[in-house]
Amino acid sequence: MTDSRRALVLHLGVIAVLVALHFVAPPYHHTNLARIMVLAVYAMGFNIAFGYTGLLSLGHALFFGAGLYAMGLLVQMAGWSAAAGFLAGVLAGALLALAVGVLALRTLGVGFMIVTLMFAQAGYLVILYFNPVTRGDEGFVIDRAARVLGPFDLSADTPRYLAALTLFAVALLANLALVRAPLGRVMVAMRENEDRSRMLGYDPFRIKLVALVLSGLYAGAAGAAYGLLFGYVGASFAAIQYSILPLLYVLLGGAGTVLGPFLGALVMFYLTDFASGLTSAHQLVVGVALIVLVMFAPRGILGAVRERWVRWLP
Amino acid sequence: MSFGPFLLLALMEGLVTSAVLALTAVGLSLVFGIMRVVNVAHGEFFMLGAVSAWFVTAWVPGPPAIGFAVALVVCPLLVGGIAALADRAVLKWLNYDPDATIVATIGLLYIFQQSALSLYGPDARPVEPPFSFRIQLPWFGYSGYKLAVVAAAAVILIGVWLFLSRTRIGLVMRATQGDREMAEAFGINVDRVYAGVFALGAALAAVAAVLIVPIQQAHYLMGTDPLLLSFIVVIIGGLGSLRGTVVAALLIGLGDGVVSVFFSPTLAKIIATLLVALVLVFRPQGLFGQRQT
Repeated sequence: MTDSRRALVLHLGVIAVLVALHFVAPPYHHTNLARIMVLAVYAMGFNIAFGYTGLLSLGHALFFGAGLYAMGLLVQMAGWSAAAGFLAGVLAGALLALAVGVLALRTLGVGFMIVTLMFAQAGYLVILYFNPVTRGDEGFVIDRAARVLGPFDLSADTPRYLAALTLFAVALLANLALVRAPLGRVMVAMRENEDRSRMLGYDPFRIKLVALVLSGLYAGAAGAAYGLLFGYVGASFAAIQYSILPLLYVLLGGAGTVLGPFLGALVMFYLTDFASGLTSAHQLVVGVALIVLVMFAPRGILGAVRERWVRWLP
Repeated sequence: MSFGPFLLLALMEGLVTSAVLALTAVGLSLVFGIMRVVNVAHGEFFMLGAVSAWFVTAWVPGPPAIGFAVALVVCPLLVGGIAALADRAVLKWLNYDPDATIVATIGLLYIFQQSALSLYGPDARPVEPPFSFRIQLPWFGYSGYKLAVVAAAAVILIGVWLFLSRTRIGLVMRATQGDREMAEAFGINVDRVYAGVFALGAALAAVAAVLIVPIQQAHYLMGTDPLLLSFIVVIIGGLGSLRGTVVAALLIGLGDGVVSVFFSPTLAKIIATLLVALVLVFRPQGLFGQRQT
């Protein structure tokens, strides 16, 4: 079996396991998994920018929030259908990433992190500022009646899980295709050595912008899906914590691996869940996890696996 | 109240904000300038200063002024000590790699915030001001303590400047900033300098917090705003430039005061955050910094 076929089988296998879990997982874990899959799509988007292209953004909540609010406001206030709202959310994430990218990509390194952080903070404050429309921190609930996709009621368990799984599967396979396509290779080249890539004739600004827009598109899709599947839109989803979350997932799972974001989201979600059973101090777990990861395992779980055993892991 | 006095009030409130902001931001700026570390946990050092001031003033008996004076000395030392420990245990291990230290200080942020929540609780608690008298202006009365905060901040800032420009330790710090390897070659213990700078930066944030806590209550989430505002100030002033930082703190503090009073605090923050993003994009050396070659 060639390496690329092995990789395809592995990723299809993960999707198959998730399909199987739909039938056997207890209700509690069933809902958790739906949530994890949507958050994993968000983290995959983050990984496209951070893991593959080397762009450490501290403002991805802006794109997640854009998807969430574009969908939420259009569906709840303007009476759009769920499908149209979802597409608007995806588009909002991508367009905002384009706008931020055009400005932020003029900076490098620490400058890029702070510019993205500031844009995201401005976005969060804008949501608070238009409190009469967005209801600020309190947020608003999307009517169950509006959360239907054709004949499926997305607020019910089965359609919700399957919708999350569909989104996840599409995102995962698209991600796999992306990183094996020439564009994905060039993105990695930007991360590894920008000057040399420029010498070879690639335009770093354009490649990075494309990566950031794809990343924003993933984040917007995840945000819109999160709102549709779980029915709540609130400003906390656009706050700094939601910019840190995908970073944590990606670092844990392995930056620059296709399955890393999902694995990171899965492990972190259950670790937090487990810790909050033991102590109310679950933020402590997040903090300690970040420090331990960056000190002792900067490549994450799958990064280490790839280094030691499975060289072909994409 | 007519427009003139109203503006005066806004400017005075802005001046108090500026004073505290200048202290906090100079701490952040020192750490960035000398160590090249973007310390995302800086706001939490501010918060720890305020929360520990509450504990100290609650424990020290006697009139509030004594407890406050003790807090003003003890809290910065305590917070500085915690910072030095964090530097030794975490940042040094990471070799001060920019990406890794940002992630690590985000981790520290969560740890400090959670520790404060667990030990101190979710409530906002006031600290008694050391003295209270009102200065009666023709249009309104104004808290004398607030003016004392401005004066104290000015004194401390001048002290920091003298420390950096006139003492041997200050010289060593500036030498390390200029060229780390050369400083090492001259026998400077760079590790110790870094720990000291990180502690000093945190202590400045803690002093600012102790000064402000009689006006603004101590709360475990109070570090976020000072962090973002300090970032804004440090960037607009030019990363690592102390004079620029102080000028920018005045500009942002006064601007924040005026826009907050006449429009809305949220709008003031939106303008400031967008301003900083655009400054970084179009003038990365800051409004007052010099272009590096």
